[in-house]
Amino acid sequence: MNEIAFLLNGNPVSVRADAPTRTLLDWLRETRGLTGTKEGCNEGDCGACTVMVTDADGTRALNACILFLPQLHGRAVRTVEGLTGPQGEMHPAQAAMVDHHGSQCGFCTPGFVMSLATAQANGATDHDDLLAGNLCRCTGYAPILRAAEAIAGTPAPAWIGDEVADLAAGPAPFAPASAAELASWYQAHPDATLIAGATDVGLWVTKQLRDLPEVAFLHACSDLKRIESTADGLRIGAGVTIAALRKAVRESHPSFAELLRRFASEQVRGAATIGGNIANGSPIGDAPPALIAMGARLTLRRGEARREIPLEDFFLDYGRQDRAPGEFVEAVTIPATAPALACYKLSKRFDQDISAVCGCFNLHVSGSTIDSARIAFGGMAGIPKRAATVEAALTGQPWTLATIEAALPAFAADFAPLTDMRASAGYRLETAANMLLRHFHERQGQPVSVLEVAP
Amino acid sequence: MSVAKPLPHDSATLHVTGLARYIDDLPLPANALHLAFGLSTVANGEITGIDLAAVRAAPGVVAVWTAEDLPFANDVSPSTHDEPLLATGTVHYVGQPIFLVVATSHGAARRAARKGRIDYDERPALLTVDQALAADSRFEGGPVIWTRGEPATAIAAAPHVIEGSFEMGGQEHFYLEGQAALALPAEGGVVVQSSTQHPTEIQHKVAEAIGLPMHAVRVECRRMGGGFGGKESQGNALAVSCALVAHLLGRPAKMRYDRDDDMVITGKRHDFRIDYRAGVDAKGRVLGIEFRQFARCGWSQDLSLPVADRAMLHADNAYRLDHVRIESHRLKTNTQSATAYRGFGGPQGMIGIERAMDHIAAVLRLDPLAVRRANFYADAPALVGSTAQPSAESQTTPYGMEVEDFILNALVAKLETSSRLAERRRSVAQWNAANAILKKGIALTPVKFGISFTLTHLNQAGALVHVYQDGSIHLNHGGTEMGQGLFRKVAQVAAAAFGVGAETVAITATDTGKVPNTSATAASSGSDLNGMAVKAACDTIRARMAEFLAREHQTQPAKVRFEDGRVFVGGAEMRFAEAAARCYQGRVSLSSTGFYATPKLSWDRRAGRGRPFYYFAYGAAVSEVVIDTLTGENRILRTDILHDAGASLNPAIDIGQIEGGFVQGAGWLTTEELVWDDRGRLRTHAPSTYKIPACSDRPRVFNVALWDGANREETIYRSKAVGEPPFMLGISVFSALAAACAACGPNYPDLQAPATAEAVLAAVKKARG
Repeated sequence: MNEIAFLLNGNPVSVRADAPTRTLLDWLRETRGLTGTKEGCNEGDCGACTVMVTDADGTRALNACILFLPQLHGRAVRTVEGLTGPQGEMHPAQAAMVDHHGSQCGFCTPGFVMSLATAQANGATDHDDLLAGNLCRCTGYAPILRAAEAIAGTPAPAWIGDEVADLAAGPAPFAPASAAELASWYQAHPDATLIAGATDVGLWVTKQLRDLPEVAFLHACSDLKRIESTADGLRIGAGVTIAALRKAVRESHPSFAELLRRFASEQVRGAATIGGNIANGSPIGDAPPALIAMGARLTLRRGEARREIPLEDFFLDYGRQDRAPGEFVEAVTIPATAPALACYKLSKRFDQDISAVCGCFNLHVSGSTIDSARIAFGGMAGIPKRAATVEAALTGQPWTLATIEAALPAFAADFAPLTDMRASAGYRLETAANMLLRHFHERQGQPVSVLEVAP
Repeated sequence: MSVAKPLPHDSATLHVTGLARYIDDLPLPANALHLAFGLSTVANGEITGIDLAAVRAAPGVVAVWTAEDLPFANDVSPSTHDEPLLATGTVHYVGQPIFLVVATSHGAARRAARKGRIDYDERPALLTVDQALAADSRFEGGPVIWTRGEPATAIAAAPHVIEGSFEMGGQEHFYLEGQAALALPAEGGVVVQSSTQHPTEIQHKVAEAIGLPMHAVRVECRRMGGGFGGKESQGNALAVSCALVAHLLGRPAKMRYDRDDDMVITGKRHDFRIDYRAGVDAKGRVLGIEFRQFARCGWSQDLSLPVADRAMLHADNAYRLDHVRIESHRLKTNTQSATAYRGFGGPQGMIGIERAMDHIAAVLRLDPLAVRRANFYADAPALVGSTAQPSAESQTTPYGMEVEDFILNALVAKLETSSRLAERRRSVAQWNAANAILKKGIALTPVKFGISFTLTHLNQAGALVHVYQDGSIHLNHGGTEMGQGLFRKVAQVAAAAFGVGAETVAITATDTGKVPNTSATAASSGSDLNGMAVKAACDTIRARMAEFLAREHQTQPAKVRFEDGRVFVGGAEMRFAEAAARCYQGRVSLSSTGFYATPKLSWDRRAGRGRPFYYFAYGAAVSEVVIDTLTGENRILRTDILHDAGASLNPAIDIGQIEGGFVQGAGWLTTEELVWDDRGRLRTHAPSTYKIPACSDRPRVFNVALWDGANREETIYRSKAVGEPPFMLGISVFSALAAACAACGPNYPDLQAPATAEAVLAAVKKARG
C-alpha cells in the first residue's frame, strides 16, 4: 500500500495508508501533538478545527474533524502552528486578533485565525460568509470582525503560499484517478462507500462510530470536477465542490448562487460536492430542490454504461434512490440560465443551518399568463419533491395574486411534512405556501427579504 | 497606573498562536487511560438488568464500573447529595450515566460505551411544567412565596388588570471546549486538572469519592474554553471519574465528552413559565402585581434553589413594586438537571416583568418606554463615590433592600439620545406603514442586576502573592479564567498596587494547593472578590517594603511611593526590582496571602428579606429588528448599548463582555431552541440542530459604550461586575421582535421565547387575529 503524502506546515510528511477513515484532526492532535487545532463539535459545525488546505485549485479553509487523511494526498496543510513566520513573527491575522481583542476563552480562536488567514490569502473580504462556519460563544463576533476588517485587502505574508508541485506524491491511496477507473472499481466493489468531501460520511465515523470496511475517495477523479457548457446547458461533474459551483453560477444562476451562499459554511462548501449532496438522498439537502426546479437531469454511470434521468426521479423514497449496485452519480446537467428561478431557504439560523424548508420556484410568465411552473421543496417530504398539484394549479393561469391565493391550498395535497426539532409540520406547510406568496410579491418588486433590509 | 487600561487578554498571544493549552491539549504521561460513560436511554425507570459483557470484551477496554464498584461516595451533586455519579437502580433522565468505561484511548472508550445492554422497567416520565405540577414533583416542600404589601387588593382596585403567561426556553451553554478532566495518581492522593469554574468543589467531591481528606487532592485549572455557568458543577462527574481511576488503578486518566454526549448529559439554563397579573393605572404605573414562576429544574437539585431565588430577586428588575407577590415553583422533571447559566435565574425573572411592561403598554396603547419610566426606581441623588443618602422618597425592592445606587433614569435618557430613539421610532412606523410583508420593531429595555452570591458565605476570596527578588510578581487567587479576562484584570490590580507595569505580574493556574476554600468563579464576582483579595495581599507586602525602605532612608513609610516601576523613598529612588532585592536582603517577607469578604450583606432567603446584594449593576439597550410576516424570519438591524461597569478596570475587556453577553442573551431569546421529544430525548444535541448565534447574527450596527460613573460602594477601584449583567441586554431584541409582531395587527401578539421564526409567525397571526 502506498503512503499518503502531503505537506504539513511546509514540510513533507507521509503517513501509512492503513486507516483510511482516520481524521486529520485526530492525527494532528494525537499523533503529531499539534494541539492548536481544536475539537469543538467533531461534526464540522463549529470551525474550531479549521485548517488551511492548498492544492492546484487554490487555498481553502476546511474542517479537520471531518477530513480523512487520504483526502490530503498531494495537498498542503497549514495549521495554526504553521501560521507564524520563520522568525516567529505573528501572522497579520493573529496580530489583528490580539489588537482588536478578538479572543476571550481562546478555544475557537485558532479556527478563526485560520479562516481569516485563508480569506486574506484569497483576497476575500465577505467576512460574514467566510466566518459563518466558525462559532464563537464569548465575543459576539464584533471584535473578530474588527480584526477581519483590519487586514482586509492586505497581502498575505510571504511565508504563506504552499507549493505542492514539488511534492513527490505517488498515486493516491484508496482514490481512483478518473471516472473510468472509479467506474470499473466500483462495479467490482458495489458495497463500498464512496467518499467525496466527507462532510456527511465524516459524521458516520465521528458520531456513529461506524467502521467503513471498503472505501474509495473521489477527489483524485479530476474529470468529475469539471463544469462544461454543452448543448443541453451546464454539465456539472459530481466532484464539483459547492464552493466551485457557487462561483461558476454566480452570473448565470444568481438565485441558485445565493442559495449556495447559505449552503452550510465556507469550510463545508470547500469540501462538499454537488454529487454527494444528491447521492446521499437526504430530504434536506439544499441543492436538489433548486436543481429539480431548473429541470436538472442526472447522469448515472455503472461501468461504461450511462443513463440520464430527471433528477426528481432519482429520489424514490426516504433513504431510497434509483441507483443500482455499483452505479454512481457522475454529473448533473442544468439549463445554461434560469432567469425565473427563485430559491428560498428557511432555517432557524440564517447561516450554516440545515433547512426546515427549502422552496425553489421556476415559473415562466409570458405576457400575463403562467405558461410553465416547476416548483420543488426540501424538508417537506421524505425526499426532495416537486409540488405537482401546485404547479398544475398555476400553469395556464393569469399571473395574479388571485391565482396565487387560489393555488395555496394545493400545498396540502402535495405535502404532508413532519414535525421535528427544526419546525412543526404545520409551520412547514404554512411557510411553504407563503413562499409562493413571497415569490409573487418579490416579482412585483416588493421587499420580501429581511436579509436585504439595511439598518 | 495599570488599572483602567484597555490591555489585551493575558493569554491573547497564546490563543492566536494555538499555544494556549486546555485540558485535552496537555501532554499525557505514558499508559494514560481514557474514560466514557454508558448512558441511560430512558427518562424514568428501574434498571432491571445490566449486561456489560460486550463492553468488557471491546478492544482496548481496561475496566468497566457501575455504581457497585465505587468504594466511597457515589455523588457528584454540588448541593444535596442527590446526584449519583453512576445510576443506582433508578434512572431519571435520558443521558444519565450508568456505567464507566476505562479504555486505552478516547475512541476505544466511546465505542465500547455503546455496547452496553441495559434493561429497564420504564415508567411514565415527567417532562413538562404541567406534568410536574400535576404530580406535585418539586424541590422544597411547596412553592416559595414572597409578598410585600397587599397585591391582591391593589390589583382588584386598579383601573386596569393585565395578565398573561409567558414561556421561555432554556439554553445550552455551548462552551466551545467541552467538559474535560485529567487526573494523575500522586503519593497519598491525586492531582486533578479540570476545566472547572469551581476547583474547590472538584476537590471536595473527589475527596469524598476516594475516601480521603481534601488535603489529599489538588485541583488545578489554568483556563477554560468557556464556562458561562456550565462548568460550575457539571464538571464534577468527569473529574471524580478520572480521580477514581487514577487512585484505584494507579494510572493517569482523562475524560472529555464528545459534543453530543456533553449536550445530552449536562444541565442547561432553566426554562421557565411565568404567569403574571398586574393592576395598573392609566399611565401604566403598576399598583400591584403577582408573578408565578415555574422553573423546570430537571432530575436533581444541583443549584436550582438559588437559581430560582435569583429569578424571584429580579422579578422587579428596574421597577418599584410596592404591592407584589412572587410565587416560585421549583419543579422536578425527568430531564437534565438544569444548572447555573450566566445570570443564574436573573434573566428569567427579569424578562417576566419586561414582558409585563410591554403587555401593559400594548393594552393601554402607551409608549413602552414611558410605561417603564413611570415605574422606574428614582435615581440616587449623587452617584460617584458618594455617601449621600438616597432620594427622599424611600425605595426598596420587593425583598426590602434599599436601592441606593439607581442610575437608570439618567442612563436611559442618555441612551435614548445617543441612539436617536424617538426619530428612529418614527422611521420604523413609516416603514411599517409602507411595507406589507416586512415589519420593523424597536425597543429599549433596562437592566438592574444584583451583585453578590445570594448564599452569603460564598462572598469571600483569597489570594497568594509573591514578589521575587528580581522584582517580578507571581500571584494566585481563587478565581478561574474562562475567557472573561479575570487574570488580566487582577494582574492590573496587582501591578497598580506596586506601581509597576502589568507585564511584571504573572498569574498561574488556579490551584487549590495555593488558595484554599474558594468559591466558584460565578455570580459575576470574579474581579470584585479576587481583585480585592489580591489587593489586600499586595498592600501587605507593599507596607512591609515601605516600612523597611523608610527605615533605611530615615523617613516615614507613608512617604514611600511606588510609581512608574520605581520606588521613591525620601529623596532617593530606585527601580522596583532593586527595592525588592534590598527588601530580600533585609530579610523582609515578600510573600503574603490576602483575603476579602464582601461587607454589608445580610440575607434571609426563606423570608425573602434583607440585603442579598452589595450593589447593582445597570445597563440599557436599544435594539431594532425586522421580521418577515410570511415566514417569521427575523434579524437584528442595530443595537445601541450603554452599560455601567463602574470605573472600569479594563474597558476593552468590559466592552468584550458586553458585546458577547448581549449576543448570547439575544441567542437565548431567538434561535437557541432546545427540543425534547415526548420520551424525554433531547433532539437538539449538537451544533447541527442547536443554533447559537453565528457571525452574521450580530447586529449590523452595534454601538457599545460604557456609562461614565464609579461604583458607589468601595469595590476594587470602584469598578462593577460585568460578567452577567450585559446578558440581559438581549431582552431588548425580544421586546423589539414583539413590537414588530404587534405592528401586524390590532391584537396583543403574545410572543413566546425563544422567538424562532416559527414563534414569530405564530405571534404575527395572533396579532392579526
